[in-house]
Amino acid sequence: MSESYKLTRRQVLKRSAAVGALGMLGSLDWVGQAWGASDKVKMGFIFVGPRDDYGYNQAHFEGKAAVTKLDWVKAFDEEKVPETIEIQKTMESMIKLDGAQVLFPTSFGYFDPHILKIAPHYPTIQFLHCGGLYQDGKHPKNVGSYFGYIDESQYISGIVAGGMSKSGKLGFVAAKPISQVLRNINNYTLGARSIKPNTTVHVIFTGDWSLPVREAEATNSLVDQGIDVVTCHVDSPKVVMTTCEKRDIYCTGYHCNQSKLAPKGYLTGAEWNWAKVYMDYAEMIRKGQQIPHLVRGGLKEGIVRVSDYNQVVTEAVRKQADAAKDKFMSGEMVVYKGPIKDNTGRVVIAAGKEHVQTDIWLESMDWLVEGVIGSTKS
Amino acid sequence: MEAGWWGVLIAVLGGAIRIGTPFLFVSLGECLTEKSGRINLGLEGTLVMGAMTGYAVSLHSGSPWLGVLCAGLAGMALGALHSWLCSFQRVNDIAVGIAMMLFGTGLAFFLGKPYIQPSAPRLPSIDLGAWSDVPQLKAALQINALFLIGIVVAIVLGWMLTNTAWGLKVRVAGESADAARALGLPVDRIRIMSTAQGGFLAGIGGSYLSLYYPFNWSEGLSSGQGLMAVALVIFARWQPMACLWVSLLWGGAAALGPSLQSVGITGGYYIFNAIPYIMTLAVMIITCSPRRTLVGAPHELTVTR
Repeated sequence: MSESYKLTRRQVLKRSAAVGALGMLGSLDWVGQAWGASDKVKMGFIFVGPRDDYGYNQAHFEGKAAVTKLDWVKAFDEEKVPETIEIQKTMESMIKLDGAQVLFPTSFGYFDPHILKIAPHYPTIQFLHCGGLYQDGKHPKNVGSYFGYIDESQYISGIVAGGMSKSGKLGFVAAKPISQVLRNINNYTLGARSIKPNTTVHVIFTGDWSLPVREAEATNSLVDQGIDVVTCHVDSPKVVMTTCEKRDIYCTGYHCNQSKLAPKGYLTGAEWNWAKVYMDYAEMIRKGQQIPHLVRGGLKEGIVRVSDYNQVVTEAVRKQADAAKDKFMSGEMVVYKGPIKDNTGRVVIAAGKEHVQTDIWLESMDWLVEGVIGSTKS
Repeated sequence: MEAGWWGVLIAVLGGAIRIGTPFLFVSLGECLTEKSGRINLGLEGTLVMGAMTGYAVSLHSGSPWLGVLCAGLAGMALGALHSWLCSFQRVNDIAVGIAMMLFGTGLAFFLGKPYIQPSAPRLPSIDLGAWSDVPQLKAALQINALFLIGIVVAIVLGWMLTNTAWGLKVRVAGESADAARALGLPVDRIRIMSTAQGGFLAGIGGSYLSLYYPFNWSEGLSSGQGLMAVALVIFARWQPMACLWVSLLWGGAAALGPSLQSVGITGGYYIFNAIPYIMTLAVMIITCSPRRTLVGAPHELTVTR
């Protein structure tokens, strides 16, 4: 008898505690919204890695730094937040403690399930995710995505790299064969081959986003094979750039400007320009405008850019690169215009067919274009 | 100039030296520590702390060699802390080691924040390949003095452990604490000294990573080299010279994955990248026997007791 009585009492305690916690949650919510009502736009940024990594996270942090300069914006950030339940905690604390009105969880893996789980609980908060995963009708209304066509910049880098290469062999150190990476490799190759059709691009997949020793080893192996320009798509290009400089070859950058790391060999690079995106969002929120669910753009929209050319880049190569850039800026450039074969000889885009930059078909890319030496198979 | 298949061989040779050197230092340090009867799993933290300290000191002082020395001293401090904690009754050295690993990496990340961006002076390299006309071979044989120092340390340590009174004391402490006490040897002091010296070597291994290859300080710098080196000591059967060969083998195996891709072997790179681990497993399985414990294992180690 007494056993069952104890049990019931425990259950009662448990339940009352749960109700209490719920009440607390509710009141905190209210506090959060009251803070949000003050006149400053409050923006929270979350990064998966260190914000000064010369790479992906630094590019976003530079964007955050730009909005921080506006006196009507209050921006805060947290770095090194893993793609686990941690990100959910960080988002909730930014909403409740800092009063964030809009959150920018910048890493690809934050979206599903973390943002999708938290967003429905806070319908007044905007969750804007970098990566372009939002689907209308399927995902919560207060969620959106933004992404840039950085492959346009890679096309320009490819032209510069191809133009400056003496051996006609370029190298690409890549993390994993996912579609964004493959698109960068293909654009780089197509750019180089648009001016020198015999150029080849050797790809080495390291297997993960941040493996400094293997990235250095991959770069050394490429140089040993007579490759004289190397670029990369890894989280932090620092090691690849410094290794190229040490081996006395050219390199082109990725994510942000790495010219300081390789002053002699850094030809140019594909950079994000998130400052533009974040400023636009801040403006929209200040004016109370409806925030679009999808924001995308390339060179023309100013979301991506190309690093200033190194002084060693010859006049002729500059002209060719600038001509392509002008075509991107005017919107007439179509990179994926048939006939295009993949590197196994299969025709992937038939003659006369073209896929413009916004074509959703390009986002499921799983092939490497002719001229790439490498394989998407793991 | 194109190296083709020779490139793979050159990459493995170069990689053995380039990637193997930090393994060499950390495994020598761990070898000495384990010979005295302690396991220091915290060497991963020591390695990262050494990398950070080396980079920071090199940046501020302009002298990478001073950085290497300070990295060693930082490692020594961490090693001394580990063994001091372990010298208390009923303290488990493996648990303390894991705590020290997290403490070392955490402290290095915390203190290392301002050093991710700036570029510190690099350790100079020695051209051993000057006789060759092949640029690839020249690059592979561009080695750092630390590698040569590592070889000397391996030889001297091996000799001292077997041929000197100091080595005998360390080994007695590692084989039987009771026997050591009966001989009047200060077991705890011997272990503290050995762990601190082991930490010094591991710290130098860390500074090689940040100051020579891959030459960078970032929070992703070590992908578990410190922990792997602890396994290498078992692989090397607690012999300093074997540590040298095993480290070279590991470095070469780690270089195989990327270099095969560069000559067009494009499939299966996850498997090729896993070769060092597969190799370790294979050697462990081949050399182990149900009838006896590991040859050469100091008897005081908690894993073998």
